[in-house]
Amino acid sequence: MQIYLPIAEVSVNAFLLLGIGGIVGVLSGMFGVGGGFLITPLLFFAGIPPAVAVATSANQIVASSISGVLAHLRRRTVDIRMGLVLLAGGLVGSALGVQVFNMLRAIGQIDLVVRLSYVVFLGTIGALMFVESLNAIRKSRGGRARPARKKHNWVHNLPVKMKFRTSGLFISVIPPVVVGMLVGVLAAIMGVGGGFIMVPAMIYLLGMPTKVVIGTSLLQIIFVTGFTTLLHATTNQTVDMVLAILLLVGGVVGAQIGTRIGARLKAEQLRVLLALLVLIVCARLAMDLLFQPTELYSLAPVGAG
Amino acid sequence: MMWRALIFFLFAALPAEAEEQVVAGLSQTRISISTNFDGSQILIFGAVKRESPIPAGPLQVVITVAGPSEPVVVRRKSKQYGIWINTAQVDVDAAPSFYAVSTSALWNDSISDTEDLRHKISILRAIRSVGASIPGTENFTDALIRIRTGNGLYQTNIGTVKVDQETLFDTAVTLPSNLREGSYTVRFYLTRGGRVIDSYQKEIAVRKVGLERFLFKLAHDQSLSYGILALSIAVFAGWGASAAFRLIRN
Repeated sequence: MQIYLPIAEVSVNAFLLLGIGGIVGVLSGMFGVGGGFLITPLLFFAGIPPAVAVATSANQIVASSISGVLAHLRRRTVDIRMGLVLLAGGLVGSALGVQVFNMLRAIGQIDLVVRLSYVVFLGTIGALMFVESLNAIRKSRGGRARPARKKHNWVHNLPVKMKFRTSGLFISVIPPVVVGMLVGVLAAIMGVGGGFIMVPAMIYLLGMPTKVVIGTSLLQIIFVTGFTTLLHATTNQTVDMVLAILLLVGGVVGAQIGTRIGARLKAEQLRVLLALLVLIVCARLAMDLLFQPTELYSLAPVGAG
Repeated sequence: MMWRALIFFLFAALPAEAEEQVVAGLSQTRISISTNFDGSQILIFGAVKRESPIPAGPLQVVITVAGPSEPVVVRRKSKQYGIWINTAQVDVDAAPSFYAVSTSALWNDSISDTEDLRHKISILRAIRSVGASIPGTENFTDALIRIRTGNGLYQTNIGTVKVDQETLFDTAVTLPSNLREGSYTVRFYLTRGGRVIDSYQKEIAVRKVGLERFLFKLAHDQSLSYGILALSIAVFAGWGASAAFRLIRN
């Protein structure tokens, strides 16, 4: 069934869009990532103009994250206090990121920077996570139920300490604010929620328990992507509501299924799977940069990236 | 004296130009883009009106359909530091968002190069490009035509106009689903020996209707409300799905 999208101004198969939404929703629920790093490239392949794909997927991520966060709230796996601290940094970061984005767009290199950041971040994080979680699985098979977390690193020696009961942490607010800000900057430039950066940062830098990390990350993603959606809607008019609704329907259902799957898997297994997924997307994007494209030329409307 | 001579020449030239005239019609003068829009086909037909016997030489018909023009940036990638990045760009001042040219015979038999230049009939001539600062600008316009031809937005349909008895003609032009909104111009050219003897122009309005129109207008006229509405739908959908799944599980 073909459907005409009013803002994207193309006609696309409705079931294809529902499917994309569904797949991304499942992953979002399972891993606590917004899925932006997947949905945006998938929309490109479906023939949606990049500007519309980026803006609309931000809107879609809001919905699947809410669906996911509610499921996590019920299981009490959201550290609301930590989420708010991260968010404070996140909003400052995304405001900064938008400035950088506009600057890069003016010189016509936004596409390159977005791709490069994807490759660098996805590659680094994916590889680190993959190695770490494989080790964790090996250790737990060796008899220990849980890998020991490092209780004290430099993060714990900073001032302005705060108690995060849900996470069982008593740490300085500076690291979470900085992490939130960094994610905010990247979110605005890369057009994603930033969960794939947030999740590992929370686990390895802040030392939060994996089960709490996913819900908390989703909570922060809701606000950052919501902010991004509004920004895109008012400055570029590139949020396509019909496209968003189709993705939403698939996405929210998928997120519920994903949360259930995630609850059944062990934390280490979850991390290996997420690491693999991140690496696959990274490889796909790196290929586009390294090999000669079939079409060297590209078209863009004047005044846009 | 000069102006009298001028008038004389004008009147002398006129009957020769108007010896044969195009009378033309379209199957539709407006195209509505609704939610289930999946491209469209317009039938273009017409007749040649003449008061004198048919002149010698074959009569040819060239028909163009052009969408609204807009500026385009064409960028070219090249390999630098081991990766493929955009290194050069050319601004094309105005390129039609859609362009189809249909002829009744081979291109060279239908229209001469000078007439093509004067009336801007072929796709290449319909694109206006001034920014020739980079050597090889033609590569960029070629790329523009190649990419848009691949998307079905630019079409050169040689020999698709059927001319009957040197009087009636008809053709069909397929419009793809990724149409830009606006006023589309259909131009008709009657030619003999490559020379244009008469031309005629008609408009087709391509407009979004219903929900499509409502959303498009809202997004552009009241972007903040539109953004808030989009967000509210997202919030509601997320909450709704969560609540629905809880009901199912209980």
